[in-house]
Order: sequence, then C-alpha cells, then structure tokens
Amino acid sequence: MKITIYRYDPDRDARPYMKDYEVALESTDRMLLDVLGRIKAQDDGVSFRRSCREGVCGSDAMNINGKNGLACITKIADLPAHVTLRPLPGLPVIRDLIVDMTQFFTQYESIKPYLINDEPPPERERLQSPEAREALNGLYECILCACCSTACPSFWWNPDKFVGPAGLLQAYRFIADSRDQATAARLDDLEDPYRLFRCHTIMNCVDVCPKNLNPTQAIGNIKDMMVRRAV
Amino acid sequence: MSLPVRTFDAIVVGAGGSGLRAALELARAGLKVAVLSKVFPTRSHTVAAQGGIAAPLANSTEDHWHWHMYDTVKGSDYLGDQDAIEYMCRRAVEVVVELEHMGMPFDRLENGKIYQRPFGGHTQDYGSSKMAMRACAAADRTGHAMLHTLYQQNLRANTQFFVEWMALDLLRDAQDGTVLGVSALEMESGEVTLFRAHATLLATGGAGRLFSASTNAFINTGDGLGMAARAGIPLQDMEFWQFHPTGVHGAGVLITEGVRGEGGYLLNKDGERFMERYAPNAKDLASRDVVSRAMTTEIKEGRGCGPEADHVLLKLDHLGADVINLRLPGIREIAIKFANADPIREPIPVVPTVHYQMGGIPANYLGEVVAPAGGNDDAVVAGLYAAGECSCVSVHGANRLGTNSLLDLLVFGKSSGEQMVKAIRAQPAAQRELSKDAGERTRARLARLDAAHSGERVAAVGNDLRRTMQAHCGVFRFPELLTEGVEKMKAIAERAGRVSIDDKSKIFNTARIEALELDNLVETALATAVSAEARRESRGAQTRSDYPERDDANWLKHTLWYKDGDRLAYKPVHLKPISVEAFEPKVRTY
Repeated sequence: MKITIYRYDPDRDARPYMKDYEVALESTDRMLLDVLGRIKAQDDGVSFRRSCREGVCGSDAMNINGKNGLACITKIADLPAHVTLRPLPGLPVIRDLIVDMTQFFTQYESIKPYLINDEPPPERERLQSPEAREALNGLYECILCACCSTACPSFWWNPDKFVGPAGLLQAYRFIADSRDQATAARLDDLEDPYRLFRCHTIMNCVDVCPKNLNPTQAIGNIKDMMVRRAV
Repeated sequence: MSLPVRTFDAIVVGAGGSGLRAALELARAGLKVAVLSKVFPTRSHTVAAQGGIAAPLANSTEDHWHWHMYDTVKGSDYLGDQDAIEYMCRRAVEVVVELEHMGMPFDRLENGKIYQRPFGGHTQDYGSSKMAMRACAAADRTGHAMLHTLYQQNLRANTQFFVEWMALDLLRDAQDGTVLGVSALEMESGEVTLFRAHATLLATGGAGRLFSASTNAFINTGDGLGMAARAGIPLQDMEFWQFHPTGVHGAGVLITEGVRGEGGYLLNKDGERFMERYAPNAKDLASRDVVSRAMTTEIKEGRGCGPEADHVLLKLDHLGADVINLRLPGIREIAIKFANADPIREPIPVVPTVHYQMGGIPANYLGEVVAPAGGNDDAVVAGLYAAGECSCVSVHGANRLGTNSLLDLLVFGKSSGEQMVKAIRAQPAAQRELSKDAGERTRARLARLDAAHSGERVAAVGNDLRRTMQAHCGVFRFPELLTEGVEKMKAIAERAGRVSIDDKSKIFNTARIEALELDNLVETALATAVSAEARRESRGAQTRSDYPERDDANWLKHTLWYKDGDRLAYKPVHLKPISVEAFEPKVRTY
C-alpha cells in the first residue's frame, strides 16, 4: 500500500512537503490507523494523535484523500491503493498531521456547553421523560474530533466569529435538554450575523461526521426556534 | 540551567473521570488547581466505558447499598478492603444523582427516573438468584456521556487545564519525602516545567497497554504507576488484571457486559449456552473472572468457534432491532466496523481481553496515598493522592464488578478532592522550596534519549513486553511460565534502558512520548510479573494451575511491590468495614 503524508516539523523544515511510504500490510491490519502504526515503526518522526482506536475519543481526525475522517475507523479495504493524508484543513499545523485546535475549542466553549439550571436540585434525579431524553440522541454523542468544523467553508473563512457545526450541535444539545433553563439566553447569544447565520447549509459537516451526526439539522432547529420566538 | 517552576494550590495529573471529578471539587472550593493531561480531557479513556455506573437507586428492582457492598466484596474474592467498599457503596447514590444534576444524559424509564440494567454479579438480597438492576446507563456510551459532562462542569468552574502536558516524575522533599509536585513535558514545545503544589493527585488511569490484546486506549501506559514506583512508592496487588469476557476477536475492542445485561448470551461451536454449566444461577451474568475462565476453558477443550476454534460467539439478535438500536447502538457500530457482523442479524465473535487493572498505587478511601512506614502499614505519604484506575483503594480486590469502575472514579475523585481541599486549607500558604536538583531524574531521562544515537527501537521493546505479558500472565497462569516471565521481563527492562529514537525534534515529538511511556510500562510489567509469580494461590483474576484453590490462611493479604531491589512485601486486607459487620470469606459461586 502506498501512503503519501504531509510532513512539516517547524524545528527542521523550511516548508511542508509530501513524503511517500510503501507499507507491507499484515493480515491483522484492518484500519488506516494500523497502517500509520507501521509507518511510525519505519520512521518514528511521523507525528499524529491517536488514543482509543475505536472511534470514541476523537483524537485521530485527519484529511484522508481529501475528506476528513478518523483513521481508526477508516477501513483499509475501503481505501484505494494510494492514500494521501493531510492535517485537518483550516487550522494551524503544529507538526505533520497534528493541528492546533485552539480555535475549534474556543468556539465550543463559547456556547456554554454545560447544563444551566439554577433551581436548587431535588434530593434525587431530576425527572425527564424517555421522549425528552430521546431528543438528545444524535447530539450528545459528539466526540469533538473537529472533522465537521474543519470541513466547513464558513468556518475556514471566519473561525474566530462563526461557532461552526460542532459548537452549534452542542448548543442545540443543551437547548434541546428539557432540564436546561437557559434557552432564551442561548438563542440570544447565537442571534448574530456570524455566530449562527454563517451556516449556509453546505452540509459538508453531515457528509464527514464519523459518528453520523447531523449538525446542519441541529442548526436548522435553532434557526426555527429563533423564527418562532420572533413571530 | 534550572527549570521553570509554576506554583499552584493543587495539581491533578490526568483528566479522566476521577481527575475531572477531583478538579471540580478543588475549583469549586476556589483553589488554584492545575490539571495536567497528555491528551485533551475528553480523549481520556473514561470515554470508552460503555455499560453503566453502579448505584442502588432501586428504580426498577428493589436494591440496597448493603447488597451492593456484599456483591462487591464477593466479586473481589474477599481481597477488597471492606471499609473502602462500604464507603464507596454508601456514596454511590449521592454521586450518581449529582452527575445527573450536572447534565448527564442518562437513559430514562417511563416514570422519568434513570434507566438501570442488570450487570454481572449484581444481585438482590446478598447473592440470591434474583439480579439487581443497578447499572445506570446512557445507552452504551455511559463513559462518554460522563466524561463530557464532567469536562463541561469544569469549564463552568474555570478549572485551569494544561492540555497535552505529560507528567514525568514526582518531586519529593529529600528530607521527609513529602511530595511537592511533578515535572511535566509540554508536548508542543518539548520544554519541561516543574509544577509545585501543596497537594498532588495522580489520576492517570491504568496500564492496559501492557498486553498485546487489550480493550484499552494507546494512552493507557501506567504513567502514574511509573512515577510512583520511581519515587519509591510501592505498587499494590499488581498481579490482578481483569480479562473482560467480550473483546472483539482479533481487534480487542470492548463489547459491553451490558449486552448480556440486556439479555444477550455466549455460545460455543455446538451452539450451547455454556455458561449454564459454569454458573447455574447467574449464567452469562456471573463475575467477569468466572466468565473469562469459562470461555478460555471452552476454547482450550476444542469447543471454540471459527476456523481456528479460537473464540466464542455473543448472540444478541433475539433482542430485536429496536432494543439494539435504542440501548446498544454503539455496540452495533463497533461490531459492524471491527467484526464485520451486524448484531441485529448475527452473533459477534469474542475472546477474553485485558481490560482493567485492579491493583495500583496504594491509597485509602480519602484518596491519600499510603505506604508502610514506622510500623504502620497504611502511613500517609504527605502531599500525594491517587484516584481511579491508577490507584488501589482497594475496592476491587482480585476482581472488579462491571460498572464499579465509573463509580470508583466519581466517589474517590470526589473524596480525594474533598480531602485535598481540607489538607490545603490546613497548611500555611507558603510552599516549600524545591531542592536545586528537583528535576534531575527527569532531565537525565530526557538527556539520555537526546544523546542516544544507536539502540533498539521503542516499538520493538514494547512489542516484546506486550507479547511476554500476554503469554506469561494470561487468564490461566502456569508456574514455569510465570518464573520464565519474570526473567524475560527483567531482560526487557534492561533493554528499555537502552532504546533510542531517531526523532530528536523538540516539537510534538511523539516518538519521545512513546519512549517515556515505555519506562512506565516497564515498571508496571515488572510489578505484575513478580507479584503474580509470588502469589501461590488462585483468587479472582489470578488462576494458577499449580495452586488452583484460594488460600485464605496464607494469602488473604495485599501484595506490595517496590521498584528498589525489585522486592515484595505484604500487608493485611481491611476485613473490618466502617459501620457494619464484616462479610466473612466463603466459597464463591454464581
């Protein structure tokens, strides 16, 4: 298998370059991350993040033949014989496939990603109907891998002003939670030409989400709520 | 050149469930806390926990903390400390309800209460054949939901995070051994800083990457254990490693016990539901050590499945698509991706796979690290705390019950946070000065890696270490293999001291990180091999061919392994609970 990897170490390299690797696969190799492990055994300078290797921690997001995805759940069998790997687009590169995710997390933090309910809590759990809980499905499962936001042209243009699909998905996760009391403030915060309305339903986010979540729909739901409260 | 020093009230090393729970306690108390994590907090391995968190809420079946305590003591094969187990079980409802208040998206019952499912070894009425529904679940993503909830609350509390900083060594006072902080490497810049604080919590997780076949994330390299061992603190009960019955065959990825909690079961090649023979009452919901031994026996005796007869099958298609999609959606995703099997239609091939480290840094139930000193087996190590999988409190003893790990994180994350707050407030504000050579050990380790231009690859030594552990410290253990395993591990430890890396860059050097992690794996592996070889009995997760029975007369005691001199000591189990009668050891059947 031939893999071409974006390489850049600011300590040594004047500019980034693409480097080719030939990898002899073993029968136990199933996912792209296994191939990266073999490359690292040849060349220990190849740098990438990884942890859970099962698609739940969100560490190993990268651009795989032009499309963002997680290396650990991208099957080798589904890839062509030649694969090109680049860092997630739009974020500053620290080294090789490792990007600086500060802007991404700053936007996530900006939506107050925590339950707000300032009533004194009851002695036992707050009650929530199964239907109300089901409203959180498709939202709470986000792993913050940044595949979506870094595939979004609106986020590329305005990463400092547009919350981006991952952050907006989480904004809606709390708006949709029957236990959360800050819906009005959350909507106020997003009612802004950039924070929410830079989403032009390009839907790259939906296309790349490795967890099959749908940020565009969540954004649509937020817009609906804004319209409804305005009339 | 002296290293930069930063000063805080408290340091938390690790941002998984226990570290984040402790940090929340500290931040809410208004203290200045630094949380160091080698990965972004929500990438910590707590994220991979699936099935649930134990708490006797009694939402679906009758339940009681004392029944939970009984199950935990029995599950531990009586090696668990009963005072700590009582403490954990009594605080379970409180910490789970708190987690719900924080926003945890638990599944719900029709009446709006938290959904609970049965789990292995969870019984009603002190081991009766009626199972308790005690595992509070968010589908099969309980750990993910919990870790994100805790991180979110820390954002709200303005906890200060040092993300992608790897702690390397403990700093101790040369005179009295008080722990004064840690050294840590900023991965992005490659620079080392000394962090100084009144109180330091190790919450670094387990070392499941010690074995070739593991459910664990790559980051689980026993970093806190290595730090403690190098600083002269013993490691406790390291022979006890839990093999989870259902890792995906070939891939190792975890399939939650919640599958069996929801009604799934195991089959051998004859289509026989073989657990009925090994555990007539609990069947597939017997304790994990029991199920893993049964599966291994089936495979050994030729009743395994597949062309190599090397696994068994986990059947759940009879639960129906609705239950699978509602309660086990993550499992379906994993089975399709890693086993090419859609569980709605076909069974999942599974094998026992290393999952959890029962042993660790000895700590009491307030999170204080303890080590024998001056005739006291449990003398507190001033300034140092440990919680979560890296610690040995010991609530899991020789075998952990499913869903008690997440509970452990919350209860002891919280109790250690509370205890640190108390200890910090009782101290004078001024902190002790670090000695001039405080970062010397760390500097020497890094200097050696920088200077070495020939030597073995980290991956080669690491692979040998993992293969050796897998072959010599498995589900069933044999005397010759154990003795040989100790010798091999000593040789591997020597080799680990001579590895070299080609990459000498300062910037995000993951080769250097892996070399530093190897040091921690080596300490943990040596502790495991030596402790296992010495314990001449079968208890919980350790089963020896030459000593097939539990031996309470000689071995109802905790092992302590010291790096210095590769030496062992023992200390008694706390058989006396805090307020109730002790559960006396008896024969363990399910």
